[in-house]
Amino acid sequence: MKYNVSASPHIRSKITTNSIMLMVILALMPTTIFGVFKFGFNALLLIVITTATCVATEYIYQKMLKQTITIQDYSAALTGLLLALNLPPQAPWWIGVIGGVFAILVVKQLFGGLGQNIMNPALAARCFLLISFTGIMTDFSVADTISGATPLAEFKASGAISEYSVMDLIIGNIPGTIGEVSAIAILIGAAFLFKLKIIDYRIPVTYIGSFLIFIILFGGNGLDPTFIAVQLFGGGLMFGALFMATDYVTSPITKQGQLVYGVCLGILTGVFRIYGASAEGVSYAIIFCNLLVPLIEKVTLPKPFGKGGKTR
Amino acid sequence: MSFFTFKGDIRPSDAKEMTKHKAIVELKPQKELVYPLSQHFGEPAKPIVKVKDEVKRGQMIAKANEFVSAPIFSSVSGVVTKIEPRFTPTGEKVDSIIIENDEKYEEVEFIKVKSIDTLSKKDIIGKVQQAGIVGLGGVGFPTHVKLSPTEPNKIEYVIANCAESEPYLTGDYRRMLENPEELISGMNIILKLFDNASGIFGIEDNKPDCIEKLNALIKDEPRMKVVAVKTKYPQGAESQLIYAITKRALKYPLAPKDVGCIVNNVETMVAIHNAVINGVPLMERVVTVSGDGINEPGNFKIPIGTNHNELIEAAGGLKENVEKIISGGPMMGFAMFTTDVPITKTSAAFLAFTYDEVAAVTPSACINCGRCVSACPSRIIPSRVAKFAELKDSTQFEKYSGMDCVGCGNCSFACPAKKHLKQAISAMKKLL
Repeated sequence: MKYNVSASPHIRSKITTNSIMLMVILALMPTTIFGVFKFGFNALLLIVITTATCVATEYIYQKMLKQTITIQDYSAALTGLLLALNLPPQAPWWIGVIGGVFAILVVKQLFGGLGQNIMNPALAARCFLLISFTGIMTDFSVADTISGATPLAEFKASGAISEYSVMDLIIGNIPGTIGEVSAIAILIGAAFLFKLKIIDYRIPVTYIGSFLIFIILFGGNGLDPTFIAVQLFGGGLMFGALFMATDYVTSPITKQGQLVYGVCLGILTGVFRIYGASAEGVSYAIIFCNLLVPLIEKVTLPKPFGKGGKTR
Repeated sequence: MSFFTFKGDIRPSDAKEMTKHKAIVELKPQKELVYPLSQHFGEPAKPIVKVKDEVKRGQMIAKANEFVSAPIFSSVSGVVTKIEPRFTPTGEKVDSIIIENDEKYEEVEFIKVKSIDTLSKKDIIGKVQQAGIVGLGGVGFPTHVKLSPTEPNKIEYVIANCAESEPYLTGDYRRMLENPEELISGMNIILKLFDNASGIFGIEDNKPDCIEKLNALIKDEPRMKVVAVKTKYPQGAESQLIYAITKRALKYPLAPKDVGCIVNNVETMVAIHNAVINGVPLMERVVTVSGDGINEPGNFKIPIGTNHNELIEAAGGLKENVEKIISGGPMMGFAMFTTDVPITKTSAAFLAFTYDEVAAVTPSACINCGRCVSACPSRIIPSRVAKFAELKDSTQFEKYSGMDCVGCGNCSFACPAKKHLKQAISAMKKLL
């Protein structure tokens, strides 16, 4: 009789990288489905094309470099879906292709693949597209039904919103990228992830909390409820705080670091939105803070058990 | 809910149902018994018998030459047939005394004590030392050393480690239900050594029957108290249990006595009772036999030195497709390559699994999820420390407090990428 011999522990939890990725994809379904129903066929097409491009890019890259193929871990598919949800609903199909290739090839694989990228691939690709194809990436009009500016942009330009009520903002009856419009759909998905303990409250709560404080203090509109609602639900904050900032790879691993990271995000988003040229600032804030992560981790190394503790 | 807890844990399925209700069955050994000379922490014992010597049950066959060592006793009567290296459950080859059992069970005379009040503190420690008692939870640290701190007056807590947080193990649980008086007597004996200490039974709150039973039995013992600690792994780890009960954080590399605590597990305390009151040295222990690879899981009181094969036979034998066998618990126990090894003082359990979870997983890239950080009771960053261990970067390894790892295995358990984190860290710790 031959027995396996290995060092302890001899049991493992059921959770795997694949299951985590799959659960996040599932959690994105409410907002994905909402986006497809609201914006129509082109939105669906973009989602399919972007996701397929990401998976194909990873497969081809790894095949060419004779690496182990890792597309079955769903991480490339997740990146594709996240990127697609960050695109305007009427964007042409090739935007998804360019974005997908950039996200996987440049941001993920060239840095060493899963776990090694220093920026969130989907967001880095979005920023790349935003700079390269600004016109396409900031046009949120859909045929004749939805006009071009997001409530956030409109408020920044005119100091008020004309067409939409606060309820519209929360439900998602507004222009925006495919996945960012419905706060409710995003929160339903996020609640699922909180319940499964896949994401933690630290980053989203400190992010949104410090952002709120910042815009109340420096936004120039004080406690005006419309202003606060527009800032919270009129742009990409909910989607960014719950699904992008919580990305494991590009956020701090230390608990205290996650709090610091959240505060940095909140302040930077506030600065970009209030003092920047663009109404939106979530994507840039997250990408910027991604780069701060090694530094944040360094200064928030946890104290080992007992160190500095009471001895007697 | 219990407030008596610590940070950094996992909640594996405790799998105790299989053996929880199985009363302890006494087992008589058959053929040859093997007594490794090193089945404790410290110097190996020195044989004091020769080949062909006749020995009785309870006779010392190897003595302790150093303070940090423990003598070994024959658990049967018979003849010494060989003294040669044999494998132990942990996979090492250790010089061992082999005794042919004559099945007569002739005993040496055990001198009973009427009351511990007739004994001095020195007598008590001497009796524990002469009985070869070591920590029976798994490490095997000689108990008399633990009981002899330089400043006994500074000991404020004598803690009975009744947590038994390793999955599958129910030996201590059965002991608490079946022999609570002996456990309390053991506590009483240790309390006699430390005038300023109170005795605390730290029991996980998933064992309400034990909590109730002990509470009823100690109601007239002013110095003893039962504390229900939260059920989670590794609640039974010494520093975590001390923290949960006293909120004193044991700094690496201090010992419990440095924070005014003495910790012994249930089985050890029962052994102390037997040694001091009944004059019986450590010759047997309770072993849990469990896992889906065993036909009739149960708890057995078995003479030390008995071959695992006899234990397995008593538990209905192994199933045909067993992939992995373990001495001890699934979190910190040792995988065995053969069943042909003896039960030693530290064999708390024998587990057999038809499916080896570890062989079935393939480690993949770390995604920085932080589950290992949340699971680590030492509050280090296992993923980083393991990376430095793999790179053999001792400077960074120590800077990230790799030496604080207690080896509980939580990080490897929790990791979704199935990386062997604890294994890498332990290997590096051994190098340094």
